[in-house]
Amino acid sequence: MRGTGTQWFRRRRTGLGWQPVSWQGWLVSGVAVALMIGALTIVDSAARIPIAILIFGLYAIVALRTGGARAAVTPAAVEEPPPVHAAGPAGERRERPVPSGPPALVVESLTKRFGERIAVDDVSFSVATGEVFGFLGPNGAGKTTTVRMLATLIAPTSGSAIVAGVPLTVENGLEIRQRIAVMPETPGLYLRLTVAENLEFFAGLYGLGRPRERIGQVLDAVNLRPRADDLCGSLSKGLRQRVGLARALLSEPRIVFLDEPTSGLDPVASREVHELIDRLRDEGVTVFLTTHRLEEADRLCDRVAILNTRLRTVGRPAELRDRLFTKALVVRTAAPLGDPERVFAVPGVESWRVGDTSEYVLTVKSARSVAPEVTRALVAGGADVLSLTEARHSLEDVYLELVEDETA
Amino acid sequence: MNAQRVRAVVRREMRDFRRNRFVIGTMAILPFVFLITPMITVFKVPESTSGPQAKAAIGVISLLMLIVPLVIPPVIAAYSVVGERDQGTLEPVLTAPVRGSELLLGKALAAFIPSVGVAYAIYLVVAISIRFGAAHIVRSVFFHPPELIAQILFTPLLALWSIWACIAISTRASDVRVAQQLGSLAGLPLLAFTSLISFQLVKPSVPLAIGLALALVAIDFGGWLVCSRLFDPERLIVGPQARQTSNLQVVR
Repeated sequence: MRGTGTQWFRRRRTGLGWQPVSWQGWLVSGVAVALMIGALTIVDSAARIPIAILIFGLYAIVALRTGGARAAVTPAAVEEPPPVHAAGPAGERRERPVPSGPPALVVESLTKRFGERIAVDDVSFSVATGEVFGFLGPNGAGKTTTVRMLATLIAPTSGSAIVAGVPLTVENGLEIRQRIAVMPETPGLYLRLTVAENLEFFAGLYGLGRPRERIGQVLDAVNLRPRADDLCGSLSKGLRQRVGLARALLSEPRIVFLDEPTSGLDPVASREVHELIDRLRDEGVTVFLTTHRLEEADRLCDRVAILNTRLRTVGRPAELRDRLFTKALVVRTAAPLGDPERVFAVPGVESWRVGDTSEYVLTVKSARSVAPEVTRALVAGGADVLSLTEARHSLEDVYLELVEDETA
Repeated sequence: MNAQRVRAVVRREMRDFRRNRFVIGTMAILPFVFLITPMITVFKVPESTSGPQAKAAIGVISLLMLIVPLVIPPVIAAYSVVGERDQGTLEPVLTAPVRGSELLLGKALAAFIPSVGVAYAIYLVVAISIRFGAAHIVRSVFFHPPELIAQILFTPLLALWSIWACIAISTRASDVRVAQQLGSLAGLPLLAFTSLISFQLVKPSVPLAIGLALALVAIDFGGWLVCSRLFDPERLIVGPQARQTSNLQVVR
């Protein structure tokens, strides 16, 4: 149920109706169907219709109650102790297992040179099917060039890739583009055409059967159906971005490349885009997200890659933090400790240093196991403890550490 | 070749023209203005004039009528690729599963329909004016069946030549204005030849007309192939630096 984070149903990608996603969902659906058939066939009175409606109503309530609840507490997160305090934007982040399906994208030693300038240098990584993969890097790092190579817009100088199961070769350009969708940073809409006409054009290019139906579905997915007949030139930047997203979803691609999808959007519009990305992930669509917004990558991505012409690192945001930074507890007291050396002589505390006034930063092996011991030691030492928090580094810290290190 | 994709491109372009009627409307103004003076000359020709004088007057009109399909398309065709690049709509299109040849054919057809439509409309206005306003000798020269057929036949073929030349320029130009300026010069070689025929320095004949028509059909088809070869998405997206070191090519 919603409270436990178990999801029995999920909202359809089109926004129309719900579908079971777990055995509980299928069981409830089966029972509901059986009961309704029973009510309609066995009950031989005028009451059979109200009974069937009642059963359907109960079923709908169960579906609504157990569907679409994003796993606020995932199994992985349950195993972790709740942080005493999560500093920075990591507070909203949620961990979930990286999808372990077959790779949607395999990149091997991809390199792109423009004359003497190397735009992308020997980049290798893979992205699992259904994964949201963040691609971070400073301006000019080669992010867009990489996306363009994988989208067959430009040819790599060397290296290889398999995109949506198709090798990136001379002959396969058309087939790869049939399986993927790209939303560039600027949506590139025909401003004198309506939203629906823009989508109709791309439906034609993708050779979609029954395009009007599909266009309706994607417009529902981005909440734009009421604006279908508006000229794109009359839309705000946020709405145009949504049209771009709708266009990217049109062909039901296996991989969606999103280049700065929330660039220039207000917080509400950004959140809608985030929710859409979440929905895509739930649908099993692989999302390749290029972004400058590190808190966005931290919140949305299963894994991130940091690129600065060469690939600097790939991993889950939490792993990168752990890899690059030691774990620390920050203790704040009302007054400076008399003998901090004695107080912090606790197993698990590797070292400590004084931070700001009456603040101590303890390097620890595990915040979870050490925090109670440190609390007891502080109380025993007569300290007036104001707070005891776990210092967490944000993805921004990781990014800056790697990028600035290279720049230096 | 996928007809559905070509149709989608044509439809999209036509919708764009429809929303921006000045593009088509203004295409017809300049050729029509150029026709006014020779038309007045034709109307002034007296009934008693000799055959050669009437032919000379009609020669100017015929020449201008053949120039019309050459000068109308650059407005649209030269914009077709480089214009899309400038307005940022090219990259999304290139990420869709459409071949360069399909995209260009769709754009050429979209430019062809209004261009030929405008050219025929101007021709119709001129023909009606001559029918009801010009001297008998002028009418008989103008409505000479072989020349009428030649006009009707050559108008689309010349328009296609101009369209492919302009699209070829558009695929390589770095700026819309440059493409349109160069595109306006694309018809010059054919203009020279049509001048020779109109003033009967080259004697028009049925074999010559058929030969020319076949040559133009071949040139127009070749134009499509050449444009498809010139269409290089990488160059269009990242500029002329693109191809310096790439050893792989992506098929469009």
